[in-house]
Amino acid sequence: MQKVYIYKGFERFWHWTQAALIIFLAITGFEIHGSYSLFGFEKAVEFHRTASWLLIGLVVFAIFWHVTTGEWRQYIPTTKQLKEQVMYYVSGIFKGERHPTQKTELSKLNPLQRIVYLGFKILLVPITLLSGVLYLLYKTVDQNNVVVNLDYPLESIAFWHTLGAILLMIFFVVHVYMTTTGATPTSNIRAMITGYEELEENNPDTIQK
Amino acid sequence: MLRNLLFVIFAVVLALILVNVFHRDDHYNLKLEELKQKHALKEVSSVNHALLPALNKEFKTPQEVTEACISCHTETAKEVIQSSHWNWERAAFVEGKGISSAGKKNVMNNFCLGTSSNEKSCAKCHIGYGMDNNHFDFNNKRNVDCMVCHDNSEEYLKGASMAGYPDRSVNLKKVAQSVGTPKRNNCGSCHYFGGGGNNVKHGDLDVAQNSCSREVDVHMGANGMNMECVACHTTRNHQITGKLYSVSPDNSNRATCEQCHTNTPHLSDVLNRHGSRVSCQACHIPTYAKVNATKMSWKWSDAGKLKDGKPYEEDDSLGNHNYMSIKGSFKWEKNVTPDYVWFNGTAEQYLLGDSIRSMPVEMNVLHGSYKDRSSKIIPVKIHVGDQIYDKVYNRLVQPKLYGENEGDSAYWKDFKWKEAVEAGMKKSGLPVSGQYGFVQTVMYWPVNHMVSQKESAVRCAECHTRENGRLAKLTDFYLPGRDHNQLLDRIGTILFILTILAVVVHGAGRVLSSILKNRYEKQVISYDEDKPME
Repeated sequence: MQKVYIYKGFERFWHWTQAALIIFLAITGFEIHGSYSLFGFEKAVEFHRTASWLLIGLVVFAIFWHVTTGEWRQYIPTTKQLKEQVMYYVSGIFKGERHPTQKTELSKLNPLQRIVYLGFKILLVPITLLSGVLYLLYKTVDQNNVVVNLDYPLESIAFWHTLGAILLMIFFVVHVYMTTTGATPTSNIRAMITGYEELEENNPDTIQK
Repeated sequence: MLRNLLFVIFAVVLALILVNVFHRDDHYNLKLEELKQKHALKEVSSVNHALLPALNKEFKTPQEVTEACISCHTETAKEVIQSSHWNWERAAFVEGKGISSAGKKNVMNNFCLGTSSNEKSCAKCHIGYGMDNNHFDFNNKRNVDCMVCHDNSEEYLKGASMAGYPDRSVNLKKVAQSVGTPKRNNCGSCHYFGGGGNNVKHGDLDVAQNSCSREVDVHMGANGMNMECVACHTTRNHQITGKLYSVSPDNSNRATCEQCHTNTPHLSDVLNRHGSRVSCQACHIPTYAKVNATKMSWKWSDAGKLKDGKPYEEDDSLGNHNYMSIKGSFKWEKNVTPDYVWFNGTAEQYLLGDSIRSMPVEMNVLHGSYKDRSSKIIPVKIHVGDQIYDKVYNRLVQPKLYGENEGDSAYWKDFKWKEAVEAGMKKSGLPVSGQYGFVQTVMYWPVNHMVSQKESAVRCAECHTRENGRLAKLTDFYLPGRDHNQLLDRIGTILFILTILAVVVHGAGRVLSSILKNRYEKQVISYDEDKPME
């Protein structure tokens, strides 16, 4: 075993800020949706709009970081050992088997994570974010002090935004649970906080290319 | 060291961002301050009419006053006889009807029904002298009543059922010498009392507004800007801006909030954006009839009951008539929450002679829908009732209500519908069948006055709420907080719960399997340990 610096400073800042914002947006968002009453509609809307701008800013930085560091390659999907990974979570994990894939600095994600996180990044977040931006700018005031009415139907914007939010919540539950499947139940979370994780020595058989 | 420094800088920046995001100042709305300043300076007339020799005499008839006015204001009467206050009608283009004239002359309502054949009484609110049931010369300038609008002495009063002539008690010299810009009691002498009593028709025009608090009317409040009607209903050549959709069909020459406040009056962008589909009034007039009650329903079918052969009246708990033999039964309400409808600025009125097309009969139709881009949500007072109609010709009929003496077929004297309808319809030239019934009616009155202080404006959650919001009846659009896709919500909730269950089961399985494995390993170990001991 060796201690590896696997999650960089920005990565951890991005991850936890995004987590906090998404949780806060979910709390205020489902209140706006009418699911319950907490802050009151007026405050919930105000908070939701503010937090959404912060999230948009964060996502812009995150995209910049992924592109400039080449970290986006971590998310290139692969089917290699995908089946093994799924079978591990379905049965192997109960038998005390070892993880079928090995985590390294260059390949932080297992094949299942690659597909799920890629979906998160190119489907789930864009659907929620774009529908959210359309929601945010649904009516706008133009330069001549005239309120301009946009014609796309709010009902469908709201549908996609709610769908995205529900899927994000499901992702959230599974994601948090999956963090407990590391070497010890807290080792993954610890790694995302400190950046360092105890990883096995490189084994050419299980390393992903 | 550097690390600590960076941390401090980061913490300070974060604190600054958070303060800016969550701190809200009491902003200073410059637009509003400018308006307040503008209206704080009240105009002073440049002429004191009491000093003019032409007015320094005893007037025998009101027409003599008009002549005295014309002796200086030589052309003004021409402007007045172009106005709807004089003509009681206005030509306008109406979709489906072409250019049609509508106004008090031919529009019907579900209060006192209409003016035709009742002119002598209704003319109390006509700016002329001598309009009676048979004749009025709309070109005779001498009959223009200048005083009813321009009297600043609070002395002038039109007589009851005197064809528009002033009450005999009025000191015409005093009135003539006082004239000036119309005050609210000039406008109010008619507009407060439409329908036969204070606040009966509009619900948002009440004699109380002559002297009210800002809570009742933020513009007219005596402890506020104390504005007169004409501050908003600006006038040029006696053509007054603003009109009501009980008698006017077209979307022109309106008095709007935006003409002063612009269409982006808020400091909040979200609120300004609401302005594209929500009228100012919808949020800023949370209730109307704030001081005195207004009529919400009028059933003519109950009219005509007599006690000992004589008509009688009964009052409700607020002291308003809820029954009158001559008019039927009424319902009154105070502090009424408005209804809300889509409205694009055009309307249509039920004119005398129109066929009944809908049930209940819509006395006026306010056009608009969510799909129509130029429509906004406006607050309305909905006045319902029933009234007499001709079963054979399928149209509302105009009975003669007012009469001087018993026996001249007026309903208010004789209580005979058949004779009253025949007499009332004679002037219109429309045939009547003699078979009458009562039909349900509904009339929409846009609520524009009694604007509240901003603190009392409708809050977000009064509409953006799942149940019983103010807009619960406007269902043709998606309202966040009220509407949701039920299928998506149901499936989403089920999936979310299933996910949590799956995670719990999976986790329990892992815990269980590791416990079993531990026990098994322990057993093996103890077995191994036992062995050498044998």
